[in-house]
Amino acid sequence: MPSTVALAVTRYRPEEESEPTFQTYEVPFRKDWVILDALNHVKDNLDGSLSFRWSCRMGVCGSCGMKVNGTPKLTCATFLSDYLPGPIRVEPLDHFPVVRDLVVDLTDFMRKLKQVKPWIIRNEEKPLSEGEYLQTPDQVDTYKQFSMCINCMLCYSACPIYGLEPSFIGPAAIALAQRYNMDSRDQGAAERLKILSEHDGIWQCTFVGECTKVCPKHVDPAGAIQQYKLTAATHWVKALLLPGGTR
Amino acid sequence: MSTEPHYTLYHPRWYRRRVSVWWWLQNRSYTAFVLRELTSVFVAFFAVVYLWQLRALAQGPEAYAQFLARLKTPRLLALDTVAFLFVLFHAITWFNLTPKAMVVRLRGKRVPDWAIVGLNYAAWFVLSWVVAFILLRGG
Repeated sequence: MPSTVALAVTRYRPEEESEPTFQTYEVPFRKDWVILDALNHVKDNLDGSLSFRWSCRMGVCGSCGMKVNGTPKLTCATFLSDYLPGPIRVEPLDHFPVVRDLVVDLTDFMRKLKQVKPWIIRNEEKPLSEGEYLQTPDQVDTYKQFSMCINCMLCYSACPIYGLEPSFIGPAAIALAQRYNMDSRDQGAAERLKILSEHDGIWQCTFVGECTKVCPKHVDPAGAIQQYKLTAATHWVKALLLPGGTR
Repeated sequence: MSTEPHYTLYHPRWYRRRVSVWWWLQNRSYTAFVLRELTSVFVAFFAVVYLWQLRALAQGPEAYAQFLARLKTPRLLALDTVAFLFVLFHAITWFNLTPKAMVVRLRGKRVPDWAIVGLNYAAWFVLSWVVAFILLRGG
């Protein structure tokens, strides 16, 4: 076991340089350390000017997504020991503008997420006196997988389509739309269909499948998009064949 | 214009990276994806040959014999072999991807992926056997 390992970290200080560069830090190697521990070691002991996002350290908040040796990863769940002997390359996520060092701007995703209406839509809310909306375990099971998304943006970084066509709504937002479409309490599928079946919605996806591979929560966004393509196509055929449309 | 970056506290100067032309060489699944996209040309070729065959068939025995002779030229034979391999590649990769798009629920439980893939392969084999049986019996 080595006593130290080298981290090659992207630095981008817009007040100093016009393009990102790499800076290498030698950090102690510990078996139980993840990349995020090493970055925090740098921040606390070697270079306080290094910027990166993190919060929960346990794969729940989705803040610490970065590219480790070229693959999008949650740095709180990626062990140094898997990348020996190093140097380990740590870069900001792809396809998002870099604000500083490892920090990217997620405004584009936030806007798209809101577009797909990721909340329960009811035609008419029933009065409180009638109690809660009940669901069976099987009904929960149909959407639970998609509800595990933590908005960490690893899937956007892995998606070449999002890189080439930034208007694409993208994997996580579509998976989250599907999460509400599949929810037995929701009645907003028709509203979401309008947004999702447009050019920038599901049809931009060419099923590279990398979003599903990098997802740390096993959400399977690629699956969500393909399932939704089937739904949208069926809807289209029905609208074409049935005299009253799909009403 | 100065080359110094203009940076003010409240207007961050984002750095936007461009996707490289060679993005599809970055990892294996990107390459496999681009290969699948590009080789769909051969699938189209397969379909065109099939239409050509139907036309020859409609034109009568002489035209059909001519079509068969044309197919037996080494160049078309080679092209056909390559096309066949790619059609097979497409068939297999798409069969393996079907459980992603098709979620079948039986009595509230999701049918496992291997069962859906297996059923697809089974249907493929059964249909192929039926077609082979009809053709070989006729010949």
